[in-house]
Amino acid sequence: MKNKMFPKGTKRKFSDNEDIVEENSVSIKVMSSYNLQRQSLLDMSLIKLQLCHMLAEPNLCRSVLIANTVRQIQEEMTLDGSWPVMTETLNTNQNPSDRLIATEILCRTSKDGEEEKTFSVVTYDNLHTEEVLEDSLCITSTEEVPVFLPSTFGAWEREDLKKNSDDPKPTDQVFGAFELKSPVATPDPSIDELFSDVDTSYYDLDTMLTGIHGTPKMGPYDLLDSLSSSHSPSSVTSNLSCRSDLNELDHIMEIIVGS
Amino acid sequence: MPEGYNLKEEDGRYRDPSTVTTLRVPVFRPMDLMVEASPRRVFANAHTYHINSISVNSDFETYLSADDLRINLWHLEITDRSFNIVDIKPANMEDLTEVITAAEFHPNHCNTFVYSSSKGTIRLCDMRAAALCDKHSKLFEEPEDPSNRSFFSEIISSISDVKFSHNGRYMMTRDYLSVKIWDLNMETRPVETYQVHEYLRSKLCSLYENDCIFDKFECCWNGNDSVVMTGSYNNFFRMFDRGQKKDVTLEASRESSKPRAVLKPRKVCAGGKRKKDEISVDSLDFNKKILHTAWHPQENIIAVATTNNLYIFQDKLN
Repeated sequence: MKNKMFPKGTKRKFSDNEDIVEENSVSIKVMSSYNLQRQSLLDMSLIKLQLCHMLAEPNLCRSVLIANTVRQIQEEMTLDGSWPVMTETLNTNQNPSDRLIATEILCRTSKDGEEEKTFSVVTYDNLHTEEVLEDSLCITSTEEVPVFLPSTFGAWEREDLKKNSDDPKPTDQVFGAFELKSPVATPDPSIDELFSDVDTSYYDLDTMLTGIHGTPKMGPYDLLDSLSSSHSPSSVTSNLSCRSDLNELDHIMEIIVGS
Repeated sequence: MPEGYNLKEEDGRYRDPSTVTTLRVPVFRPMDLMVEASPRRVFANAHTYHINSISVNSDFETYLSADDLRINLWHLEITDRSFNIVDIKPANMEDLTEVITAAEFHPNHCNTFVYSSSKGTIRLCDMRAAALCDKHSKLFEEPEDPSNRSFFSEIISSISDVKFSHNGRYMMTRDYLSVKIWDLNMETRPVETYQVHEYLRSKLCSLYENDCIFDKFECCWNGNDSVVMTGSYNNFFRMFDRGQKKDVTLEASRESSKPRAVLKPRKVCAGGKRKKDEISVDSLDFNKKILHTAWHPQENIIAVATTNNLYIFQDKLN
């Protein structure tokens, strides 16, 4: 599984950032290190939230604290503009190979017994700013296939994928065309263990908070709503259900990568 | 037939008294510990969420039980229902950002209780004010230290335990890294703060990853409220002497001390050169946590629970 997570592929560059890098490389690197750590924390938190469902005794206090942490990170990312800026950059970028392609943390594969994706909370060492390796971005399917950062948003934009083509394809791993410049850190073994015997049934994220003893709600979890709407697609309203298949994601990725 | 230890065989048959030539006495034999707890009464379905506290009132007639979102009041004589006195469940569960973490009745004022929250606040409520104590009489909260702000600030501010002092003038709260003593007359900040394991502050991300940051430690007062105690990792527990401003770290483990031996104080080396007998932060065992501690109300006898064992310690007898 680990081999599949980071297969060889096209290197991506953040061509827009190259100028900034030259001008102010130190501060950018410090900032980007912080940004990466923050992103890593965000990813870790989202995984934890999802795993809450798998606990025999879901812990409401823990879930609330983790959700609040996610909200804080997202608010900060919205405030310092790191999030919309990225989106803009990505949207204007025409070269498909420069797009950031990533996997979807919260979406589960369909129940066809596909292989479980694993996520690594990778610590990024020695990464250059022009190369952002995000394994947590999502692709939503509009015509231009914009890419959204960070993963949390993609998670709850699944309904966009649902609307699009239902081309059934065998689901490969979603990580697609990543190439790592520096050796990837070993994915956290504890996370692998956590996923090793997880079943593939879907866990509605908002039932994490509502479904401890209540009936699962279908309403959206407010995390998305608290974010700036500049980047989000029109229909960020529906629930967090990630029932859409990664088949569609794969299909889209193929288009992007041009393979 | 007369009953007696020597008058029956092993299988229960009666022995002929004239055949009894020696007396046997009961012998104490070591055997596996068997603990059997039998419930006397079960109050089912009173709580929708996990119960975190129960507290008997000083009137010895009522008690409370608290879960993540609600607190119920019970009367010992009324066994078919309880009365909801606090409810913080939002209309829309997606708006939930705070839960109740602990609750306790005041030791002397039977109308007063406190409850703590996951955001580091303590609310003191007076049951005479209203049937539903949604409005607190007092709100205890310490403003956040901006220099220590991080994404983990809220989590480590979550209060895991609240305990009134025996004299009822103070209350103690335990959050992830510290123990705070509050004067009930001052809501703005605690009067005393004791760092339990400040060396963990730089490790919060790892502790978040391995979930240790969600561990709920208890705390307790000694009989005369001069010393407070709480647990930590590596089977360490800490005592803070409020009067003498001294603190000590001790270890509850069979490997580190024999029964009846005086416990040797421990020291954790936070950084820099590790002295002899000091333990470095990185070699602490985070699976060995002491979450529950208790202090005898009159004597200097303490009970400390590790994962699998209960230790009872007492003052050195002179």
